[in-house]
Amino acid sequence: MSALPPLAQYALRLGDDSLILGQRLGEWCGRAPALEVDLSLANVALDLIGQATHFLGVAGKAEAKGRDADALAFHRDVLDFTNCLLVEQPNGDFAQTIARQLLFSHFQELQFDALTRSSDAGLAAIAAKAVKEVTYHARLASDWVVRLGDGADESRARMIAGLDWMWRFADELFVMDALDAKLLRYGIAIDKAALRPAWDARIDAVLAEATLQRPAARRPVLGGRAGHHSEHLGHLLSEMQFLQRAYPGAVW
Amino acid sequence: MAPSRIREILRRVPDPEIPALSVLDLGIVREIGAGAVIITPTYTGCPATLVIEQAIRAALDEAGFAHVAITTTLSPPWSSDWISEEGREKLRAYGIAPPPQGAGAAALKNETPATCPRCGSSDTEELSRFGSTPCKALWRCKACAEPFDRFKCH
Repeated sequence: MSALPPLAQYALRLGDDSLILGQRLGEWCGRAPALEVDLSLANVALDLIGQATHFLGVAGKAEAKGRDADALAFHRDVLDFTNCLLVEQPNGDFAQTIARQLLFSHFQELQFDALTRSSDAGLAAIAAKAVKEVTYHARLASDWVVRLGDGADESRARMIAGLDWMWRFADELFVMDALDAKLLRYGIAIDKAALRPAWDARIDAVLAEATLQRPAARRPVLGGRAGHHSEHLGHLLSEMQFLQRAYPGAVW
Repeated sequence: MAPSRIREILRRVPDPEIPALSVLDLGIVREIGAGAVIITPTYTGCPATLVIEQAIRAALDEAGFAHVAITTTLSPPWSSDWISEEGREKLRAYGIAPPPQGAGAAALKNETPATCPRCGSSDTEELSRFGSTPCKALWRCKACAEPFDRFKCH
C-alpha cells in the first residue's frame, strides 16, 4: 500500500471506513428488532456503500493503474484495508451496533463538513453530497441511544455495555499520522484532531439526554490506518469478497 | 434545436422508483447541450442511479441521439429543492408528501409536520425516518389514519 500515491491512500481510508461499516450494517438486513429498524440500518448501509464507491473510485483514479472501486473493494486482502478499527467491530446486540453508529456518524458528519472545503474538488464534492445523508445517520443513532439509555433496565444495561465496548476505538478516529499531516499542508486532508472538541460536545449532549455517563477512559486501540486489524475484519471480508474470490471477475 | 428536442425526450423518461416523476421533474438533469446531457445522482448510494442513466441512454438512442454523451457530476450536490413545482404536484397526486423546502439544517431535521397527501390534514406523525427507498420516510395521518410516504429533505 505504501506504493500508492498519497491522495489514493487518503481516499482509500475514507472509502474503507464507509465500505466496512456498510457491510457490517448490511448483516442486520432481515434480522433487526423491528421492521422500521431493519429499513433504517439497510438505508444507512446503502448510503455508506455509495460513499465507498465514490471514494474508492477517486483512489483508483489517483493510483492510475486501472483499478476501479470494485477491484479495490473485492480484490484486496485484509492487510491492505486501512479502515479504522471501530467500523470493523462486530455488531453484537442492537445496542452495541447503535453505540458504534453514534461514535462514527457524529465523527463522519464533522469530517465531511470539513472535507467540503478540501482543495481536492473530487473529495469535496463527495463530502458535500454525503454530509446531508450522514446528518440522518447521526440523528438515528442519537435517538436510539436516548431511547435505550433512558429506557428499561435491560435496554439501559445493554446500551452501557455497548458504549463501553466501542469507546476504546474512538480515539483512533482523530489520530493525525504522517499522511494526514502531509496532505493537510496541501489543503487536501482535514485536521481530524481539531474535530475532537465538537465531537465530544455532541456525544456528551446525547449521553446527557440518555441519562448515561461517559464510559471510563481506556487505553486506545490503534492500528487500522496501517493495516493492523482485529481478527474480525478477515471474517467480514471472507463473506463480502466470497463471490469475487470464488469466481474472479464475475459480473452481473 | 437538439437541446429542446432532448428535453422533450427526457420529459418522458420516468424515475424507476417513483414512475410518476420524470427525470426532469426530479431535478437530476443539470444541463442539456447539443453533445452531452449532464446528470447528478440523488442519494449517494441510490441503486436507481445506474438504471436512470441506462433509461436515459435508451431513450436518447431510440430518438436518434446516440451521439449525445451522458456524463455524471456530483457537484453541486443534488437537493430535494430541485424537484420542480410540477414534480411536487405529481408526488402529491401519487400519494407521496413532497419534501419540506429549504434544504438547510432545520429542514433536514424534518421537524415540520408533513401534510397528508390523501386528506390534506397536517395532523400527522413520523413513523420511521427511513422508508422503503433512500429518499422516503414513513408517516401516518392521524386525521384519516392512512400511512403515507414522505419524500425526505436532502
